[in-house]
Amino acid sequence: MSVKDRVIAIVAEQAVLEPSDVTMDSTLEDLGIDSLGLVESIFAIEEEFDISIPFNANEPENSEFDISSVATIIAGIEKLVAEAPAA
Amino acid sequence: MKRVVITGAGTINALGHNVSQTLEAMREGHCGIGPLEMRDVERLAVQIGAQVRGFASDVIFNRQQMALYDRFTQFALIAAREALDQSGLEFSGALSAKSGVVMGNSGGGMQTLDENYRTVYEDGKNRVHPFVVPKLMNNAAASHISMEFNLKGPSFTVASACASSNHAMAQAFQMVRSGMAPVMITGGTESMLCFGGVKAWEGLRVMSKDACRPFSATRNGMVQGEGAGVFVFEEMDHAKARGADILAEVIGFAMTSDAADIVMPSRQGASRAIAGALEDAGVNREEVGYINAHGTGTAANDKTECSAVADVFGPHADRLLISSTKSMHGHLIGGTGAVELLACIMALRDGVIAPTIGYEEADPECALDVVPNEAREATIDVALSNAFAFGGLNAVLALRRV
Repeated sequence: MSVKDRVIAIVAEQAVLEPSDVTMDSTLEDLGIDSLGLVESIFAIEEEFDISIPFNANEPENSEFDISSVATIIAGIEKLVAEAPAA
Repeated sequence: MKRVVITGAGTINALGHNVSQTLEAMREGHCGIGPLEMRDVERLAVQIGAQVRGFASDVIFNRQQMALYDRFTQFALIAAREALDQSGLEFSGALSAKSGVVMGNSGGGMQTLDENYRTVYEDGKNRVHPFVVPKLMNNAAASHISMEFNLKGPSFTVASACASSNHAMAQAFQMVRSGMAPVMITGGTESMLCFGGVKAWEGLRVMSKDACRPFSATRNGMVQGEGAGVFVFEEMDHAKARGADILAEVIGFAMTSDAADIVMPSRQGASRAIAGALEDAGVNREEVGYINAHGTGTAANDKTECSAVADVFGPHADRLLISSTKSMHGHLIGGTGAVELLACIMALRDGVIAPTIGYEEADPECALDVVPNEAREATIDVALSNAFAFGGLNAVLALRRV
């Protein structure tokens, strides 16, 4: 699976939706994911890709990681995965 | 002052997943203690405990709930659902705004701590699940009860080791008696039967490797249990006005501190608590027919407790009945007084005294009628429940038959 599909699968599970219901322009709010759901999703993504996501729940708008839509989340993760040292 | 009655009870423990199963097991003198089933059990010196078995929590709770509920919270919610269901109460408006939850608990989310310490120390991972803190905080159970039942008044958790439940129920009793709250949900919960929890207790060298035999000359220590007990404490007029079924009246309590030793119990501290509860309840010592003992099965507790009872009751100590149900459900630590209150309710309501099982040989230092091995029928007007914690913190509750 691509990074995109793997992220969508995690977000869909958190939102209790089918992956096909998660579109690229969906916001987490659209998907019904609250603040606890967000940190749980970030944890699951970090586990899936063995990366560390720079996200602070106190100032999400100032974090280096853009969570404003599914598309920005996927773009951020693709960048982190590309930068990650080879295992 | 208001009068306070119990209008709902719920539990899950090694003897049963509800009150009727638990009381039936107590009547029959069943033992809930058995071989521990947990990871790395072979590394434990103590391999017995009173575990809750056949408990499919993932069927009862959904995935999101499971992510947030440590086992001690799961136990508390199951017991609370049973108690609230029996009471028939629903909370809205002014009743919701004033009613709250006081739970006893000692260790917090020990299963969560254990699992996540393994993750970072044993498995060497540098990341834990984001809900570790809200799962392990020891007010989690009280908070989730408040959320599930819309209780918006005073809610908190009391931690006083093995007396946590009795201190919690005493707080709830005071709040209803003073008129501060019409209804309080109260009791205790504990889930310390995990590798780290048992290992810690092992270190103290007070655990039995074979059985809990309170008051018996052959006793050789305590056995840990797990579970929860939850009760609905309600102002009597409020309960009567809605035609509620009243299980018993809570008539008094006392709390004392030994101010002496961090683990050794004190005869004076215990007797002051027992005498204080009688005074607070305004009953004569001759009215007390049954005491649910703290009765841990350790050498120190049982003889100290018996001498404290003898001090307070004088000649009547030989006529009253005293039993330790820890012989059956184990020591639930912060949840123990709540499960033990069920034995007091059974004595008052059904006239059945739960036995002290595992009793083998009389101990001259515990020369009271400890209802050995078999339940007994007796008409009881007033019952006491003792709890004497490490740290020298004692709490005794008094209940009356309705």
